[in-house]
Amino acid sequence: MKKNKLNSYNSQHFLAYILIAPAVIYLLCIVGWPLIETFRLSFTNSSIAGEDYVGFENYEKLLSSSKFSKIAIRTFVWTFFSVLLKLIIGMIGAVLLNASLRGRSFFRILVLPPWVVPIAIGALGWMWVYNGHFGILSGIGIRLGILDGPFSFLAYKNSAFIATMVTDIWVGVPFVTLFFLAGMQAIPRDLYEAAYCDGAGRFSRWYHITLPQLTPVIITMSLISAVSTFVSFDIIYILTEGGPRGATTTLIIDTYKMALGNYKFGKGSARAVMIVIMISTFAIAYFYLLSRINKKVSHG
Amino acid sequence: MDRYSLPLKIFLYLSIAVFFIFILLPFVEMFYASLRPLKHIFRSPYQFYSDDLSFWAYREMWNTVPLLGRYIFNSFFMAITVTFFTLLFVIPAAYSYARFNFPFKQGSLWVLLAVNMFSGAVLLIPLFKLLRYFDLLNTYFAMIVPGIAFCIPTSIWLLKAYFEKIPVELEEAAYCDGASRMDILFRIIAPLSTPGIAVTAIYAFIQAYAQQFLFAITFNSIREYMPIVSGLTEFIGYQSVKWNEMMAASIVGVFPVLIVFIFLQKYIVEGLTAGAIKN
Repeated sequence: MKKNKLNSYNSQHFLAYILIAPAVIYLLCIVGWPLIETFRLSFTNSSIAGEDYVGFENYEKLLSSSKFSKIAIRTFVWTFFSVLLKLIIGMIGAVLLNASLRGRSFFRILVLPPWVVPIAIGALGWMWVYNGHFGILSGIGIRLGILDGPFSFLAYKNSAFIATMVTDIWVGVPFVTLFFLAGMQAIPRDLYEAAYCDGAGRFSRWYHITLPQLTPVIITMSLISAVSTFVSFDIIYILTEGGPRGATTTLIIDTYKMALGNYKFGKGSARAVMIVIMISTFAIAYFYLLSRINKKVSHG
Repeated sequence: MDRYSLPLKIFLYLSIAVFFIFILLPFVEMFYASLRPLKHIFRSPYQFYSDDLSFWAYREMWNTVPLLGRYIFNSFFMAITVTFFTLLFVIPAAYSYARFNFPFKQGSLWVLLAVNMFSGAVLLIPLFKLLRYFDLLNTYFAMIVPGIAFCIPTSIWLLKAYFEKIPVELEEAAYCDGASRMDILFRIIAPLSTPGIAVTAIYAFIQAYAQQFLFAITFNSIREYMPIVSGLTEFIGYQSVKWNEMMAASIVGVFPVLIVFIFLQKYIVEGLTAGAIKN
């Protein structure tokens, strides 16, 4: 009798849909429709002047151009190293902030500003750091005798590529650190105590307990970081605008310039669709990986 | 467990110092640059210290860019508006996800995550056309309307985790006493989940504040509506760039966000990580 009452309490589908309807409708208008429209526009030569259906022309041009494949490869390299270093530095940061040292809770607050401050403003700070004449990096380099004179990090191809990457890492590290730290604190202490009694050293405890226990968090963070790094816009746009001579032009910067710099909506949309396809591939790979790990865990 | 030996302790503190030099370097540089007189900034080679540092730029910046106060106001106004509407959409939706079982529930939750993955930049072209069609380009709405959409998905996930922690028995008791669903949501759930709603609000605010740059440079060209992040470019003049004032204005612009954040950081950290770690 009581059970029936509970069931009826929990099965009001209608009310459930009413409650989520406003959010869903809003998202359908602002995200769903634009997504479909991007696909449609990618088959046209849409611009400010008007649009005509052109079939696969935009894609054919895109995929046959060596410039586009260069940009795509550059984006992958940039994303790969940025994410890898975010994970490594985030892990080091989490281990350090997890150590039972005095000032630990203060350090945990201090790590977050790069994430809280708008990226655009953080990037301005870095612009200053990288400046050849009055930036601190160049200043220290000259003092130490590594550099002969002022060196503008954003003015040369390789250094600009690395500099934008370092800034992106800087933006991402706090978030990764935070999640690794929370993951570490969720690991039962008796695991460590047992290992300690068996004579395992610090590194071996980290390698045999922390690392495997954190695997799901590491995978989640690598997906989230990969996606946000892949379409990272503000940093590159502010620091270099994709220069010098295209050395930091990633897919998203190229898309933006094509679509809203030149108002070539059709060509820009084809690029945006390529980005969507690539991101979706990441995501599918991620869910595949996650389900395999879950299986492993549940089968002991 | 074994305790830290002294050399290990020193090593750990040194590593922490290096880590924080990386994290705080641009802020320190910014602050330092804001204190220097403009002539001194361009003095080469780099000087680590000089005796003519002052807070002069913090006063002068209001004269150089007369609309600076307006830009800071705009940033706050838009971020708060986005936060408000995000909560309006998210509270009922998150409650529904936390309490009901319905067809497509799990599926739609994944779709929400997917929305998160297409940052605004990918969808800018149709958004531009959409906003132009409704004549919203160059208004506050041009930055608010898309802003809300990209705050909704994560906010639903955050708040759902909070609602799930509130025991269903409380609601069932009220339900047996004849309270309606809406009564329950507003009289029982909402007061109990104030911390959760606060975390969600702070998340949405920070997110909204950060997003403004992209939307502002793309959808708005009217100075009066600029947020601080794009208004800063006005320190770049025809003759010279007033770097020290630009840095001072950046610091003033983010200061309130930092203060709010520092006071509430404990809740944010718990709220953000709770959902992810549980799985």
